Formats: sequence, structure tokens, C-alpha cells
Amino acid sequence: MKRFAQLYSAIDSTTSTNRKVDAMAEYFASAAPADAAWAVYFLSGGRPKRLIGVRRVAEWAMAESGVPPWLFEECYHAVGDLAETIALLLPDHVAPHALLPRPLHDWVENVLLPLGNMSEDEQRQAVLNAWRQLDGTERFVWNKLITGSFRVGVSGQLVVRALARASNIDEGVIAHRLSGHWTPTAESFSALIEPDSSDADRSRPFPFYLAYALEGELESLGNPAQWQAEWKWDGIRSQVIRRDGQTYIWTRGGELATDRFPEIVAAANALPDGTVLDGEIMPWMNGAAMPFAQLQRRIGRKKLGPRILAEVPIVLIAYDLLELEGRDMRAAPLTVRRAALANICQCDDGRPERVSRHERSEGPALLLSPIITLQTWSDARAAHAGSRDHRAEGLMLKRLDSEYGVGRRKGSWWKWKVQPFSVDAVMIYAQPGHGRRALLHTDYTFAVRDGDALVPFAKAYSGLTDTEIRELDAWIRRHTIEKFGPVRHVEPVHVFELHFEGIQHSPRHKSGVAVRFPRIARWRTDKTASEADTIETLRTLLEAAK
Amino acid sequence: MLQTTERGLYCSAADVYIDPWLPVERAIITHAHGDHARWGSRHYLASREGGRVLRTRLGADANIELVDFGESRNINGVSISLVPAGHILGSAQVRLEHNGDVWVVSGDYKTEPDPTCSAFEPVRCNTFITESTFGLPIYRWCAQEETFAGMRAWWAENAALGRASLVYAYALGKAQRVLAGMLDAGIGPIYTHGAVERLTIDYRKSGVALHPTSAVVAQPRGTTYAGSLIVAPPSAAGSTWLRRFGDLSTAFASGWMQVRGARRRRSLDKGFVLSDHVDWPALIDTISATGAERVWVTHGYREQVVRFLRDKGLDAHSMASHWEGEDEQGPAVADEEAIA
Repeated sequence: MKRFAQLYSAIDSTTSTNRKVDAMAEYFASAAPADAAWAVYFLSGGRPKRLIGVRRVAEWAMAESGVPPWLFEECYHAVGDLAETIALLLPDHVAPHALLPRPLHDWVENVLLPLGNMSEDEQRQAVLNAWRQLDGTERFVWNKLITGSFRVGVSGQLVVRALARASNIDEGVIAHRLSGHWTPTAESFSALIEPDSSDADRSRPFPFYLAYALEGELESLGNPAQWQAEWKWDGIRSQVIRRDGQTYIWTRGGELATDRFPEIVAAANALPDGTVLDGEIMPWMNGAAMPFAQLQRRIGRKKLGPRILAEVPIVLIAYDLLELEGRDMRAAPLTVRRAALANICQCDDGRPERVSRHERSEGPALLLSPIITLQTWSDARAAHAGSRDHRAEGLMLKRLDSEYGVGRRKGSWWKWKVQPFSVDAVMIYAQPGHGRRALLHTDYTFAVRDGDALVPFAKAYSGLTDTEIRELDAWIRRHTIEKFGPVRHVEPVHVFELHFEGIQHSPRHKSGVAVRFPRIARWRTDKTASEADTIETLRTLLEAAK
Repeated sequence: MLQTTERGLYCSAADVYIDPWLPVERAIITHAHGDHARWGSRHYLASREGGRVLRTRLGADANIELVDFGESRNINGVSISLVPAGHILGSAQVRLEHNGDVWVVSGDYKTEPDPTCSAFEPVRCNTFITESTFGLPIYRWCAQEETFAGMRAWWAENAALGRASLVYAYALGKAQRVLAGMLDAGIGPIYTHGAVERLTIDYRKSGVALHPTSAVVAQPRGTTYAGSLIVAPPSAAGSTWLRRFGDLSTAFASGWMQVRGARRRRSLDKGFVLSDHVDWPALIDTISATGAERVWVTHGYREQVVRFLRDKGLDAHSMASHWEGEDEQGPAVADEEAIA
């Protein structure tokens, strides 16, 4: 545990990606495989299912440190992180413990995981024991693990890079071995960094190839004839795998979601063995996309009853073919993969709206992503301008000769999103943020004008520079009208340009609308609150978005 | 005996202000940090130990009268004396006694030993006016030896990689405490920012032993800083002044570094917990050591400390001041002045 806590500190204390990867690689190369396996699991965002109530852990910490609940609450507001607050409040050890240091896997397998099946009293005893055996950063990391809030500034991709660096194995191979249901055991860690193992777990997806946002002018991409455009769908990016007579659906989030989408499973069961498709799961009705919120509604259901299935039918819009007859197709050029994809979906690529052989009353569940052919870049601009009519977020631009890479790479795939919606709104509430933003007011609530009143409609956390955040924080502290716990009601003075991706009618919000991905575009220091947009502006946007 | 006015904390019996925030006729100054020692008053009374730094801060024309710790002045029947506060060189608590009633104004203080200034002395009193910069139980300082050992190890690791190490520390007090902590660390000359160097000279002239220093501004063009240690005020962060140092690892020495978010927000490589203020246990212990039946709590987490003291049965009150603290400005500006 000590070494894992040191690794955490090393990653946490640097802003350099390279130093983070080095620290991980060093750990992977030297730690016992059983420990390294759990480190891989946690660092790539793995979380054991709900082990323990956070509230309980806080109560035990209060009792152990003798801090009354109200003061604990104040401390939490100052720190902005429960696991850290507890670690800072727990009393120091009376005497240095002489116990044998226990390695990470021992803590996880023999203390952490069993917590979920213990009575409250047993849990309390186990957690108190752990606190008494661990110190400083170890306690903090432990608290993060038991409360399911372990996060450190690395992505799954960086873990893959570190593993590759530690083992001298290609990043793509590691990523492939890791994707899917990887279990953190000593054996699977050893297999992960083994020089060669043609061990393919049959359910495993390929790492997703991701696009960067287009930065420069379209013309900088060169000859438009070397590119193809497709709609950038606003759904769930997924791979559909058909191997050994089984179908699996993996989302980009790394979730095995086969059971969630029976329509797609039914369609995929007709695919030949050894097929992997990459595409977007979309809510789809009468030949057109439905709003993303509908998909969210369906995902939110624990049980898929006939009603929700009828209300929100699902399709897979396939846009790539990664495996054909059991062969890895990723190195083949896009044109080749696309032709094979059209063939396998049994439709003529010239008629993208044609159907797969699995007809349903709602229409086919497997669609081919239409290609927008480009003669000139103006064609792309024209298509881009019409994105919202297709409920698309913009365009994807892919080089015709591009291979299907690993992770996010610059150069051959670009996403070109439509301009977001934009509204000038007044800040009315502020509260302190978490983690890096603890102690600073960084979470804001914004309102639009409705006559003389201000109606809150969005919360936003990001978009300001550190300097602006500090300036605003100092202002907030001096211009608070009222405090509700950590939330400050501030004077309605400052106007911000907010951007968001979508707007929906919502009876649950006072303003009657819900916006998607709101963020701050800039601080409109040139505007006063009386010049902010009104509720009418939102209603107009809502009409236009329908 | 004391009351807050728009000019500051005022003793009407003696007609003096303590650390006033607007110009007054007679001011008693607890220490030379800018939020406590402000320009413009006609007459200042301060400790002899901090005479030099206060002169540097207030300028050659200021009318400053210096007294030794423990020496008392009688003004209109009020007996006034200064007692070491242990915050920075010359920092003092102000003790006022009138008709057997004793008040003590702590100024900023810490109870940990510090080789750069006289040690804090608890004073028995009826009313104690205390700061509360770090008035939450999450603030418990580790032993300073640990912090300095960490700082030396960090410097050594950087030096081995041919990298320079830069510590941000407030120019008055914290910077010199770092320099004292690095004595005999086997580090070559420690380079300083001009603002730090000026006050470091004052400290040496006042008889404080510090690690040898050399001002960055005095170095010839083309000097390489690989493997060296540099001490600079927090305001130098992000400035072009840093470019000359090449590959650089940065750290901040402050009590705020106790909280991970505060370290990460500044994009620092290291945060060293080193404070010139009392931590929570020392704050609570000190208040009880004064035996005061009434406590006024100023800048910092004053509402929280007041509530805690009241729950313990003390007559505690929150006192608004212009001395800087988290509630007025927040640790976002903690880099400056007294908070550091």
C-alpha cells in the first residue's frame, strides 16, 4: 500500500504527462504482479461496486477524530474532498505501528472487497483498523478507494502507455488485451505484459480510434477528394462484436451493454462470425434521429419494458468494420473497410437508407452511416450548416486512406462540431468547487431575465482562466447577499456568455428548459445585468431546436 | 478597553490604535506585514527586534519609536507592553492593562520554535484577541524538521537531474525561515529575488543567522542555475523573470499547502507545509493558556472558531477587521502578505 500511495503522490505532484507515465512504468516494472494488477484496475478508472455508505465513513471519522458534525462539514467545504478531509482530521498514531506492511492486493482483496458483504458494525471495525494501520497519503488513498472516488490525473490511455513502456510491448497490443472485461489478478497482469500471447478473449473490443477537434481551416486538410464526411452522431459510440456465435456490445466507456440493446443484438445475430462493427447507438424513429435525452431516458431504466422499447427504438449506425471473418482489418485503408462494411450490412453503399436483412416494424436496427461525398470544401461547409436538421452534432472528416488507429491521434480523423447555442446570462449563485478547485468559488448558477426577475437555467463549472476564477472568487466573497451552506447568493452583476450543445423542454426546471453541456465561453465585462438575454431568447432557441 | 472603529482597533483610554488600517495619530504595530503596518500614521510604536524591517517597510521618514519586549509604557494610566508573538522577526502581541483589566492583542502568531525570531510567550489576560487564519482542525502542521528535510531532498533530486529548484515564500518572514532551515544543507549559494534579498539583509543586520544568499539581479548574464535553489515571492509565479532559470521545479512554502487542491491549483511540483501561523491545536491550546474569559476572533475562520469556543463555554465573539484572511479574500490571494 505504501508503494501505491507513493505512486499516487508522484502522479499527483506533477503536471508533466511524461513524468506521470514514467512513475507508473517504474511501478509496473517493479511491483508484484498481484499489486500491479490492482494498480492497473484503479488507475484506469476501475471501481468496485458500492462497498460502503459514504455517510457512514464520515460519521466514523468524526467519532475517531472528536470533531463535531458541524465542524466536520466546515472542514469538508474548505477541502472540497471527503477522503482528504477525513485523512486530515484523523488523529496521528500514538506510536508508530510495528505491523508488517501489507501490500495493495492484500488490502483490496482481504479488506476492501469484503466490505460490501459486512454488517455495519463489521465495516466500522474494518475501516477503523485500516486507519490505525495506515498513515498520511496511504489513509487518503485508502479513503478514496473505499468511497469509490479514486481518481488521479491519468487516463486509461496513459496507463496503457506506461504498461507498454514497462514491458516493451506495443501500445495497441496492451490496449487490446486490456479492453473488455479484464480482471485484476496476478495471472492476468502477467498475461498483459507477456511478450506474445494469442490469447484473445473472444468478447473483447478493439480500442476505439478517436478524432481530434478540427482547429484550422478546412483547406489545410488538402484535397477534398481524399476525404469523406459523415454526420457526427450524438449517441453512444459502441462496438458490436459477433464471434463464436455470440454477440457483444461494448460502449466507448468500456461497459458491456449487450443486454441494454436487444434490437441490435437481434440484428447482429445475423452477422457472420468474426465480425466487429464500430458505430453509434442512436434513438431512432420513422427514419430519423430522436434527441439524445430520449436515449438517456431509456438508459436510465433498470428494466426495459415493452413501452420504453416502443417509445425509444434503438439503431446502430455503423461506420467502420474492424474485424472481418476473424481478421483484424484495422490496418486496411478506410475505403476498403467501408466497402466491406457495406457488403456485410447487405446494403448497396449507394443507397445508405437501405436496410439490413433484419426487418422490424420500426425499421431496421442496423444502418450504414451515410457518406457525404465532397467535391469541394464548400460541400462540406454546406453539409455542416445543415447538421442540426439531422440531429447531428456536426461532421466527421476521415481520410480515405486512413487506418483505424489506437486512441486519439492527430491527422486523419477530425471532428468538426457545429457552433454551440449561445446565451448571455447573469451569475446569481456560486459555490466552492472540488479537488483542484477546492477553496475557490468555481461552480456557478446562471439566470436569464424574465421581466424584473431572474430565472436560473444552467450551472457551469468550466471555461474561465485561473486568473479570472481568482478575481471572481474575491468578488464573490465581498458581494454575497445570503449564504445557504456553501452556496452564496451573489449580487446579480456579472454577465457571462454561456455555450451549450442542446436545449430541451423540462418541466423539472424553473425556467422550463434544460440545456446540455453548458460552459462559460467568456466573461462579458462589457455588459451589465440589464443587457443579459431573457427567457424569451431561450424559448426561441427551444422552438428552433425542435 | 478596546473597540473597533472605522480606522481600526482603538483604545480610547490611551488614545492609540493597534495596527490601524487608516492613518491615525498614534499606532502600535504588531509586525511589519503590509496589512498590519500601514503607511501614513503620525507616530508608530513597535518592537526593537523588528525595527529594521519595519523601517524598510514604512520608509525613512516614518516616526517610529522602538521598545524592548517586556518594557512597559504608561499612557494615560494604561500600561502597554509588547510580548513576542513568534510570527516573524519583531512580531509582537500587545498587552494593555487598565485598572486591573488585562487585554492582549495577538497580532499574527505561531507557537512553533523559529530561529529567525523570539519565541511566542503566552500571556494571562481577561480578554484575548486572536487571529484564526488556519482555524479549522484540518490544519495541523507536521514537524518543521520534516518539511525542511523534504525540501532538501527535493532540491537534491532536482540537482541530480540538472534542474533548478525554486521555492515561493513570502518575502518577509517565510523566505528567511526557509533560508534558516537550509543552513548547513550543503547547498551552494541560494539565489534570491530582489524583494527577498532586501529583507534578508535586514534580518542579517538584526543578528539572525541565515544561509548565504546572492541576488539573482546581481548575477552576470549567462549564469546557469542548474542544480541551484532559488527563493522568490509568490508574485513572481508565472512571470517572465522565471525564464532565465531553464529547467525548473517549483514549490510553495505555506500552510495552505496542507490541502491538496491548493497545491494542484497552482500547478506546482511540490507544496511544503510551512506556516508562520498557529495551527488548530496550537490555536485552541493558546487560547486556553491565556486563561481569558472573553475571546475576540479576527481574520480567518473566525465564525467557526467562535462557534467552537462557545460550545466549550467561552464568551467568544467574531471581530471584523481589515487584516487579511480567508473570509475576506480567500486563500486565492494568500500568496501575499500576512497569510503566507
